[in-house]
Order: sequence, then structure tokens, then C-alpha cells
Amino acid sequence: MAEVIAHTTEQKPATDKTSLITGSEAIAVACKLADVDVITGYPIRPYDTVMQYIAKLVSNGEMDCEYIIAEGEHSQFEIVKHASACGARVFCGSSGVGWMYAMEALTVTPALRIPMVAMVGNRALDDPGAFGVEHNDALAVRDLGWQLVWVDNAQEALDTALIAYKVAEDRRVFLPCAISCDGAFLTHSQAIVKIPSEEKVNQFLPRYDRGDLLLHPDNPITVAPQANEDWLMEIRRQTAAAMERSPGVIREAYGQFAKIFGRDYGNPFFEEYMTDDADVVIVGMGTLSNPVRVAIREMRKEGKKVGFVRVRWFRPFAAEELAKSLSRFKAVGIIDRDFSLGSPHSSGVLATEVRAALYPVANRPPLLAFICGLGGREVTLPDVKNMTDKVYAAAAGKPQPLTQWIGLRE
Amino acid sequence: MGRLFAVEIVYRGIFQKKLAANISRAIVLAAHKEGKPGISFGRYGDSPERNGIPAKYFAIVATDETTLEEGKAKYEPKEVDISICVDDTLFKGVESWAWYGLQPINKLLKPGGTLIVTSLKEADQLIPLAHRKETPYKLAVLKGTPSFSGLWVYKDDHTDVRVLGAMSRVLPELFGLGSVQETIREEWKNELKATSALRAFERVTTVTVTPDQGNPQEPYKFEMPKWTEMREGIAIPAIPLGGQMKDPVTGEEGGWRPGRNPTFKKWATRTMRPVVDFDKCIKCTLCWLQCPDSVFDVTPDGLYDANLEACCGCGVCEAVCPVQACVTMVNEAQFTDNASQWEAWRTDKPAYETHLAEWIKERPERSHGFRFRGQYQQELPNEFARQG
Repeated sequence: MAEVIAHTTEQKPATDKTSLITGSEAIAVACKLADVDVITGYPIRPYDTVMQYIAKLVSNGEMDCEYIIAEGEHSQFEIVKHASACGARVFCGSSGVGWMYAMEALTVTPALRIPMVAMVGNRALDDPGAFGVEHNDALAVRDLGWQLVWVDNAQEALDTALIAYKVAEDRRVFLPCAISCDGAFLTHSQAIVKIPSEEKVNQFLPRYDRGDLLLHPDNPITVAPQANEDWLMEIRRQTAAAMERSPGVIREAYGQFAKIFGRDYGNPFFEEYMTDDADVVIVGMGTLSNPVRVAIREMRKEGKKVGFVRVRWFRPFAAEELAKSLSRFKAVGIIDRDFSLGSPHSSGVLATEVRAALYPVANRPPLLAFICGLGGREVTLPDVKNMTDKVYAAAAGKPQPLTQWIGLRE
Repeated sequence: MGRLFAVEIVYRGIFQKKLAANISRAIVLAAHKEGKPGISFGRYGDSPERNGIPAKYFAIVATDETTLEEGKAKYEPKEVDISICVDDTLFKGVESWAWYGLQPINKLLKPGGTLIVTSLKEADQLIPLAHRKETPYKLAVLKGTPSFSGLWVYKDDHTDVRVLGAMSRVLPELFGLGSVQETIREEWKNELKATSALRAFERVTTVTVTPDQGNPQEPYKFEMPKWTEMREGIAIPAIPLGGQMKDPVTGEEGGWRPGRNPTFKKWATRTMRPVVDFDKCIKCTLCWLQCPDSVFDVTPDGLYDANLEACCGCGVCEAVCPVQACVTMVNEAQFTDNASQWEAWRTDKPAYETHLAEWIKERPERSHGFRFRGQYQQELPNEFARQG
């Protein structure tokens, strides 16, 4: 793999190169292209592959950055938080319970308006110790002011990392952004990726300018003093306003990305597949898109008009747009690769959010929640077909449980 | 609707935390004897685990449970029927833990409400220390030294029950003396304390303080900005660096006065202040070095001037000073300003020496804490004698 990276960076070509790299490597390459200043690492699978690739880039002299191995995830995220306050472009990442161990640092980052970019190699939370993908780790920060985006291939991982810097470091936003990459299926799987030239990246990504929030002797400020109940609501409202401005900035960034790099992702917030004539749709996030799309193609041969909506940006959540889109269908099935125990109808996080988004819509379609693929269990074609049959049954008005576990031995 | 009563106890962190809690709890228990429900709580934003810092306890009582709800789920009541001030140096103002600046001791008192204070001073000595109030209020002085103890000890000098006895006289609608004594017997199982409450009930007198009496200074005020007006990122301007000092006589500039927060002064934490005999100073730097609040300004002539806007009165400077009677901690209640001692000394040395001698006369036994085992038992008889 070292050779692969060496190959991609032999020279600084003006045109895109292609190389065979994993999703994690794609994120590392994006860090190099974005000329990140400070990076901290602490190993946990599957995120650790990113830190390994970055370490190689640094030791090979291909990347110039402060590269700090922390003694744990909490310090890891605190270090880059402070570096970012001092004007450094930063990168960080973790997985599963490692991400949870950093929780205090993750909590304080948005309110301080730190545009940190992080990679979450999605991993099941302990116990039991497991490596496979679940989305509960990244979703744990969903209420705190983190922007959260899910990708489903290595190219998208690289592109989204560049976009994440552009959005996070936009003065209108200044909020952290975590890129979620499914453990194994994306982090540990190599694919052909187009590596853009540094010139193009420089054209796309301006320098990080912290302005009057820069922690520097020339700009004497105190950051995060103790405050009482007279201040908290106003501070929270400011952070909320930044999150409310984020969708517009995301849209702008994707537009500029398409112009400069020639890859147009269409609607940044969610991707629709074969929905134009669909009766029913499946909704999900991350790499489960692959078996879902294959199953849809097979089912279409059988005359079933099924579509798929892959949610990319979970925060900010494109509620109105998604609700408008989903209201076109006769029924909707949502696959959660996570769980929200004790939540309404004992479903998952995505299903609960989509249900809330649909509430104001007059012609709400029936909605089924599926818990599937936990702990990295494969989402199989029969699983997808099984779920689709249930969604069709819901469309026909057949009563059934609102939440069902799929692929479970029972 | 029923009637809601509110009482605040203004006290000093650590030294009087237990005292304030005892008074507040006993108010609720005594009112309960008369069928009135109540609650007791410390002000949440306070930091009463810090030495001497002004803090508050509240007792809220109502004639019925429904009315009591009007006094619940609040950090502090909007107004109180009685303010109890258990240390007279708090008359200069109450600055809580880094918020709202210095606030008048009588701020929450209702028109016609009563301020009860424990002090050896007379009412006419205390009234000028407190800020002026737009409406008249009553002042009751309970004779006695402020009851100070430490974190782990409680000085049982009957201050608590004397306050309760006085309350039953000035606001009998809240509870009568009988309920107070009944509560004391149950809580403390001490007939002597019940008698102390009776004595306070019998002897307490009040004077009316009119709007033209008191410290005419405007209390600290500020505007709360809207969320759109605040700098984002929880960032506030830093305190600018300090600068040199100027000699009031020669005009010479030199030394160093560090920049300090103009809003958060901290001096209301003080019950004692250091006074410096500059003629004795050997410029050893120890006070400047050891002061936990960086209070000492370095003067152009190389002396160390305790900046009294910033001093918390902890006494470390006195403890570390190697020269006899160079730095002396004296009673804070005798001062009405925070002016520079060094400037006074530079301007008029004989006058300063006279003042210094007067100040040191009011050198208390260390007003908080105990210096040796058994000091408490030694002091109690004197204290009872003072209270009569």
C-alpha cells in the first residue's frame, strides 16, 4: 500500500491521477491535498488505517504537518481543538468507543465554533468488542452541533473531505464536520480513485481564516469563560444559527466542487436511485447502498418499481426536501444500521428522524423501520427483497409491526 | 390567594455556610410548626466553597402549598421580606462568584422590609456603608461579632437562634417565638439556645433607613446583549496588559501594575485587609510573589502596594512577610474606600502613620479560622459576654 501512495505522489501532476486506494487512504490523501497543519492520532480499528496512511505520508516527506500521537482519544480531540483555535487546519478521527471516549472534547468543539474535520470509521460500540460497522458512534453527537455526513465509496470519501473543509471553515458556519465511513466495507476496501491536482484543490479550498476568533497574542481574547444561565441560551442560539446557515453553504460548496473538479453529486443532501417511477422506496445511509441497488435492479426485472434514497448529510438534516421527496411514494422503508433503544416504536435513529420530517406533510406515506446489518453483519440481497416485500405490504395497507429486525436469527 | 414570604441570608463562603444553612432550615421548620409549607436552598450560582466569598441562602414560606409554587424553581426571589446579613462587612455590597458585579446588600428588600445584621457596630455606623435604597427599610442590629468558622467546624455561638428569635419579633406573621423555640428544642435539644432566642426577641429594636441615607454610589449595572450582538465562539475581549505606576509626588513613572478585570473586582470577598507600613518594607518581594491573586502593584520606588480593588483579604501576605508589623491584616469594616495606601503614604507620611496606627487598633483575632486547638472553647465565654 505504501507503493500505491508513493505512486500517487511521485510528482505534482496538473491533471488528475487515478490510484487504487481504500476509503481510509482517500481521506488521508484529502488531508495531504488540503495541506492540513495539525493532525492527531490514537489507534482504534477501523479509523487507525487513516492515521497509518498519514504517518506514511509524513515520514515519506510527502506531507508537512504537525503529527501528534495522543495518549487517548480525549486528548487527541482536545489537541486539534486548541490548534484550530490558533488558526491551524486540523484533522482527527476515531471509531466506536474511541469516539465515545472523546465525548467531552466532541461536546465543546461546536460551541467554540471550531471547524474541525474528523473521520469516523463507523464501528459497533462495545460491549461486546466488535469491529464491524454500526452508526451509533457518529450518531451520538447528532444533537451537539456537529455536521455529519455519510459516504459510500472511496472517491466520495476523498471529495467529501475536501468539501467538509470548505463548509466547516466557512465563516458563516465554523462548525466541526465528521465524515462517516463504514468500517471494513469502505475503510478497508480498495477502489480506483481519481486524485485531483493540488492546483485544483487550492483553487477550491481557501486558506482557513479564523478572523477575530483567532487565539493569538495579537488578538487578545478569552475563550470559553464560565457563564451562568444569563448567557447559555444566547450562545446555543448562535450555534443553532450557524447550523441553520450550513445547508446553503453546503449547496454552494458542491456547486463549486462540480465546476472545478468536474464531478457533480447533484443534490448534496441525499442521492436518489431509480425513484422517478418508483412505487415504494428504501432509505438508508452508507455502504448498504450497494446491496440495495443490486437488489432493486433484480426486483425491477420482476416488475417491482422500487427506488432507493441514500441520505448523505444527516446534520444538517434536509427535512423539508426529504419529506417532499418521500411523500411521492406509496410507502417508505427505512434501514437503520443503528438502534435507538426505547425510542418511539423501538426503531433506529434515521427512522425516527425521517418520521419527524414527514409529520408536517399532508399525504404522509406509511413508514416501516428496519434494523439491519448491525455489528457489520452483511445486508444481503434476500434481506433487501424481504424488506421491500414488507414495504409493499404496508403500501397495500396490511397491518404489521412498525419496526422489524431483518437478518436476525429467530 | 395566600401569602408568600421570602427570606435571604447573606453570608460568607466556607466560614458561614453551615450557619446560613442552619438559619434557613430552621425558618422553614418553624413555619411548618404553624402549618405553613416552605423550601430552603442556597443560591445555585454561588460558590460557597470558597473562603469568604459572598453567597446567599433563601427560605421561602407560604400560607399554602399552591402559593408556595410561586416561589419555587427560581434561583432567587425577586424581593424578600427579611434580609439577614451575618457579617457586617457585607454591608458594602455582595459580589457573587464572577457575576452581576457588586450588588447592594439591601437590593432584594421589599419596601418596609427588615435587614437584620450581626455586628458590634451601631446602626448609624453601618447605614453609611450600605448603598442607598429608593424605598425606606428597617434595620435591626444584633450585637455580636460575626460568627465565623471553618470548613469542618461550626461555631455554636447562638447566632443562628438569636437571628430566629429576632425574626419572630419583626415578622410575626411568618412564625411566632413559640414555634421558633419549639424548633430549637427539637433540632438542637438545647434549652440555653431557646433562651437565647427569647432574649433576642425581647431586645431587638429597629430603626428606619430612609432613601437619603447610605452610600450614594450607583450600584453596578449592565445591559444584557441580544444573541445577535454577542461575539460568536464564546470569545470575549481579553483584559489588556497593565502598565507603569506614577509617583503622586515626583511624577516619576515606573514599576508595574498588572491589568485586571474591571468588572469582576473580588474585593467583596474580604473581611480583613492588609495594611502596609512602607517604612518597614525590605523589598523582599515575598508578598508580591506569594499573593494568590497577584494583588501587589510594584511602585516606581520598588515597594509593593496591595491593590484593594483586587484583594480578597486572604492574609497570605501577612503570613509570609518576614518583617514584624510590616503587613498587618485589619478589620475591613472600618474602611469606606479602596484607595491606594502607597499613594497616601507618598503624599503625606505623618498622616498615613496616624491612620495606620488607628487601623491596626482594629486588628481582630483572625476573623476566620482558628489558630490552635482549644481556641474555640477559649473564645466562647468572651463572645457570650459581648452579646450580653
